[in-house]
Amino acid sequence: MSPWTLTGVMLVAAVTFYLGRRSSRFANSTHDFLVARRTVRSRRNAAAISGEYLSAASFLGVAGIVLKEGADGLWYPIGFTAGYLTLMLFVAAPLRRSGAYTLPDFLEARLGSVALRRCATWFVVFVGILYLVPQLQGAGLALKTVLPTAPAWIGAAVVTVIVVANVLGGGMRAITLVQAFQYWLKLFAIAVPAFVLCAVFVTGQHSGSAGALGADAPPTFAAQTTVDIRTDVDLRVDVVTPVRVREPGSDTERMVVWAGGATEHVAAGSRLTFPAGTPVPTVGDAVSANSDWLSPGSSGLTDLLRTYSLLIATFLGTMGLPHVLVRFYTNPDGKAARRTAVHVLLLLGLFYLFPTLLGAMSRMFVPQLLVTGQTDAAVLELPNAIMPGVAGQVLTAIVMAGAFAAFLSTSSGLLVSVAGVVSTDVFSRGRVSDFRWASLIVGILALAFALGMRPTDLSLSVGMSFALAASTFSPLLVLGIWWRGLTWPGAMAGMIVGGVLVIGALATNTVSRYTGGWAPWLADQPALVTVPVAFAVTVLVSLGTPTGRPVDVNAVMLRLHAPDPLGFMRDRAVARFGQVDTSKQRAGRGRHRK
Amino acid sequence: MSDDVHRRIEGVRKPDPTLGKRYVPHEPARVDRVPPAPAETAPEPPAKPPKRQRVVLADPKSKSTPTLRARVELEEQTSWGTALISDLVKHQFRTGVTLALLVLVLLGGLPLAFYLAPGFAALRVIGVPLAWLLLGVLPFPLLLLVGLAYNRLAERHERDFVDMIES
Repeated sequence: MSPWTLTGVMLVAAVTFYLGRRSSRFANSTHDFLVARRTVRSRRNAAAISGEYLSAASFLGVAGIVLKEGADGLWYPIGFTAGYLTLMLFVAAPLRRSGAYTLPDFLEARLGSVALRRCATWFVVFVGILYLVPQLQGAGLALKTVLPTAPAWIGAAVVTVIVVANVLGGGMRAITLVQAFQYWLKLFAIAVPAFVLCAVFVTGQHSGSAGALGADAPPTFAAQTTVDIRTDVDLRVDVVTPVRVREPGSDTERMVVWAGGATEHVAAGSRLTFPAGTPVPTVGDAVSANSDWLSPGSSGLTDLLRTYSLLIATFLGTMGLPHVLVRFYTNPDGKAARRTAVHVLLLLGLFYLFPTLLGAMSRMFVPQLLVTGQTDAAVLELPNAIMPGVAGQVLTAIVMAGAFAAFLSTSSGLLVSVAGVVSTDVFSRGRVSDFRWASLIVGILALAFALGMRPTDLSLSVGMSFALAASTFSPLLVLGIWWRGLTWPGAMAGMIVGGVLVIGALATNTVSRYTGGWAPWLADQPALVTVPVAFAVTVLVSLGTPTGRPVDVNAVMLRLHAPDPLGFMRDRAVARFGQVDTSKQRAGRGRHRK
Repeated sequence: MSDDVHRRIEGVRKPDPTLGKRYVPHEPARVDRVPPAPAETAPEPPAKPPKRQRVVLADPKSKSTPTLRARVELEEQTSWGTALISDLVKHQFRTGVTLALLVLVLLGGLPLAFYLAPGFAALRVIGVPLAWLLLGVLPFPLLLLVGLAYNRLAERHERDFVDMIES
């Protein structure tokens, strides 16, 4: 591994730690821990939200899915951003005014049912872990890409250790500053390579490309390329392809010719060497011909429905993600919550212009990733492919630093929010030590899952967690905020039905992946079916149980919707902690506002 | 709630016109003395009006306090208070839904457009296929603009509501 990359990674880890330590000196009470004392300014909060939101799926996964699927992969960034818009339109201000800190909090405040709160807690934990596991697996992949000799578990373990240590030290307060810093780091880390590589590509200084992007043929290897296969893959060969194969465990290579139209199974540990000019065989789920890759929706109706399913999942799923909602409470009032959301849209839109570009370029320059199937490594391998030498190594280091920041930030945010929910609802005492125990337990659980389960595309796994959030929580939020008629049996029924359907799809998908891939596309992205069903069930059961309406629904609606100057907004700090620190000024170095 | 007694301006119910208006001190109306009632009815003792007390529920010096009466009406969930809030909720919801539908049609209609007219996706604009521009570049300014528009509209609704309460 190049010294540049090592330096970059260590620098990110060190700065994260330092910022966390410095902020955590002031975080002593539970209030500090959970709420960052609401002196966080709107722009900083927006940068923190964006930093937390841009996970490995955004940083690495988007480029990877664009490499694999082409224009169809462009819906992921659109969905991630539009989901935030939906959140702003329907949820932001009323949720802040409700004074609820977490989703189960909001459900209890709105519907008054403790059973519903318990149920919601379990789903929050599920969604959180489902989102956390791909981050850790992505960390493993990234570390393995830059340091091929490292054991597979080290990436995930390192990220978990740093995140848990950071969270144990400072809770939410430590996280805000860190997240804000990491947004700008990620933007820098994706924009600089994009600009540089684009410039190099346009001026034609690069070392060979892999064929025109619009041709009706798969990309070709520009030079002789050696590919190490690390997991079992089934390769789809379109054209007669000569290749030298070295079986796992043997030292000799033998020349093999793959027939056109065949599907070759290659075992883990093999090494394939392709002569220059041979077309690239692709893994089963990648789009093979470049012309198909370039045009959206190339496989007809299935692709269309799959796209709509993804749109539904991402548009409605954002509001149900634990680390997104929790950060709303750090705004002073409903109006600030909306303003912060607008800032976030700006920051997200700015970011997502770059991974798309890098994904398209990687189709030209690193098509060998289509052979291994690990397209999420596209952004990491691209600089060296275009600009071999020191420049490429420096760029790789920058990108690696950004990826590392992505893992750290999202994992921290998820850990804080899930641990917050667990400590306040499962342990139900809300002490600082409870929070620390909860962080540890959730971290270890996520690490276990990440190491135990077979990794898939980052975007797909994250898409599944969006689907779960969309099927369980978005009906409750949207209907709870805007409809007086929501009842707690309806909410419970909708949440359980939506959740069970998505978990069933997830289980089917997992089983099918281990046993040959027989599941239909719905198991990959079930939102097209599960979300309307969840909404319908919620509405129907609510209409059928009018006695389940909370007694104080009018007062609650007043609190949610009355404009802030009227003063009906609930301040949970006062209600829960019995104090509002409006004028507490911390002495020392004039750092009053974080 | 269909209290048509109240005026509606732009669909938002206006409160009782006498609410909150300063009670200008004026000369009491002159009342001519009527001859006393006949002696058969036992004269009722005149009801003594309660002593006027000034009850302060909020700091009167704070600038943006809505008038007491309106706030109390809202809090006590009188029918008028509930109706008022329902109006606001409906307004905000409608704004949100309109903008969401706009985004849905513009962005969500794209997959269908690509499916029905594949040729259109392959058009090249400045060397880049149109589909990539429409999917990779244009949605983000669109979403930002919609967000800004909603923010402005929602804040305006709320300001109008507060002004109306305070008036």
